[in-house]
Amino acid sequence: MTLTIESRGLVKRFGAKTALDGLDLQVEPGQVVAVLGPNGAGKTTFVRSVATLLLPDEGTLRVNGHDTRDEAAQVRRTIGLAGQFAAVEQALTGRENLEMVARLHGRSKRQARADTAEILELFDLTADGDRLVRGYSGGMKRKLDLGASLVSAPRLLLLDEPTTGLDPRSRLDLWDAIDALVERGTDVLLTTQYLDEADRLAHRIVIIDQGVAVASGTPDELKRRVGGKVLEVHVRERADVHTIAALLGRAGGVEPHVDEATRCVSVGAAGDEDAVHWLIAGMRAIEGSGVELADIGLREPSLDEVFLALTARRGTEPGVTAAPELAETGAETA
Amino acid sequence: MTATATTPVTTASVPAPTGTGLLAGTGLLAVRAVKIFLRRPELVVLSVVQMSAIMLTFRYIFGGAIGTSQGLHYVDYSVPGFITAGVLFQTLGTAMGIAEDLEGGFIDRLRSMPFPSAAVLTGRVLADTGILAFILAITTGVGFAVGFRLHASVLGGLAAFGLCLVFGLAFSWVFITVGLYAQNVKVVQSVSMIVFVVTFASSAYVPAESMPGWLRAFAEHQPVTAMADSVRALTLGDRSRALLGHDPSYFVGRSLIWTAAILLVFAALGTARFRRRS
Repeated sequence: MTLTIESRGLVKRFGAKTALDGLDLQVEPGQVVAVLGPNGAGKTTFVRSVATLLLPDEGTLRVNGHDTRDEAAQVRRTIGLAGQFAAVEQALTGRENLEMVARLHGRSKRQARADTAEILELFDLTADGDRLVRGYSGGMKRKLDLGASLVSAPRLLLLDEPTTGLDPRSRLDLWDAIDALVERGTDVLLTTQYLDEADRLAHRIVIIDQGVAVASGTPDELKRRVGGKVLEVHVRERADVHTIAALLGRAGGVEPHVDEATRCVSVGAAGDEDAVHWLIAGMRAIEGSGVELADIGLREPSLDEVFLALTARRGTEPGVTAAPELAETGAETA
Repeated sequence: MTATATTPVTTASVPAPTGTGLLAGTGLLAVRAVKIFLRRPELVVLSVVQMSAIMLTFRYIFGGAIGTSQGLHYVDYSVPGFITAGVLFQTLGTAMGIAEDLEGGFIDRLRSMPFPSAAVLTGRVLADTGILAFILAITTGVGFAVGFRLHASVLGGLAAFGLCLVFGLAFSWVFITVGLYAQNVKVVQSVSMIVFVVTFASSAYVPAESMPGWLRAFAEHQPVTAMADSVRALTLGDRSRALLGHDPSYFVGRSLIWTAAILLVFAALGTARFRRRS
């Protein structure tokens, strides 16, 4: 079987800065993979490498069976790229933008027109197709950009932070659009800083930090490693945070995190604990403590917490590079 | 999220794209750039106003003080110079266009597509030379309106105009290179100061002989002077020998050598920078 993406020991340096530090990552066909990481983790460098825009300094990178160094032209025939900014021209109409990209792909005028109509329909932009993009909302521009990366019907779609900067409504809208593509059978590699986005869209999440993959697995597998939903308790008096932390610590979650400045204690549920049960258990633990509470709530673990949990296990010794599969990673870094 | 099927389904029945050719790609991208220019009327107006303002300032404010020399009005001396300098101010837009496309991610998209990426540059040069012809025609019209007269044959005038377009072609490559290195519009804007210096320290507005020695040495040996003098010689006809000391062919020859050198160097530099995958 030809892997969609096969990255082995990928190293990319920009001057003294090492953006990718021996990245191993394999993507099988039929998958939506999210590369999750903080700013500067190497996400964009990886996507640009896959898109043949950057040559690796070391290691190999094959996309749909072709080497990005020696067979860039073949790779380019199989990919579509939607970068961090909507790369659509404001002074052209939506239709003109798409038709031009289709023509550059070598489609005939007629075919380009037909492909464009199909894409506009797919993204619910038909009514706005003849308006200048200048008048589009941020969400519409992103959808049009996504459409431009799809006119060639690529086997692999590369999305670099597709929803950064969008309002919540447009974000949901774009997620639906990406879902529709996945149903059509397009493989997707997307990068994101948001855990919920990776969770919503991807079959597999690869967490990268400082240019290496630190963990990989299905969203559920990763959550089990990090702990489940986080119970957050805000108290009125600063001195009470430690009382609450001690009580919650006995309720069965992971180690409580105390933030005195915001008078908040947060505790993640143990791996397999159901969210509702965890909330009830937590509330029982602090019931009758006499502490005056300001607020109590349940939320998704933040990316920071995921990182803390995973990078803490990774250790600080140099040269530890995580293998792409969860089991191997666990064994190697345990 | 439901589990996925492991067998890929083809997205559509169309075959994988082969990408268009260099010529077709150049054409498509040139049409795009021209459309963008025409749909931003503020750019057209700005270009024309900028050049006319410089011309009117010199014609009516400084022109009186500069006066006439050897029976030639300053307007006849200076308009060919303004038009030559205008070539640089206009092709500066090439650097802006490239920087905008780099910043906006459009060039990333184009380079990840299966067609000759050189078309991105050649398309831009073709479009900007076309735009230059349009703007220079208007500027020439303004020149005639403020009193410029052709003292040579119409053919000489047309040759001068064509020469300006050839200069523009070469400077487009200079500014493509600038845009590729600058990578963003703000840096390009700061580079534009150099255009002021280079055009003012030339014979475009006033004769180099009137400048102090060190500046004169620079002015007499830089390409804008060679270009301005060749355009001037072609429009002055017989008078050029008396005023400038040489026949038009001397100036045209010199300016074409400069043009060829600039074109070769910057087309190579720009293309190399564009191809680099790092």
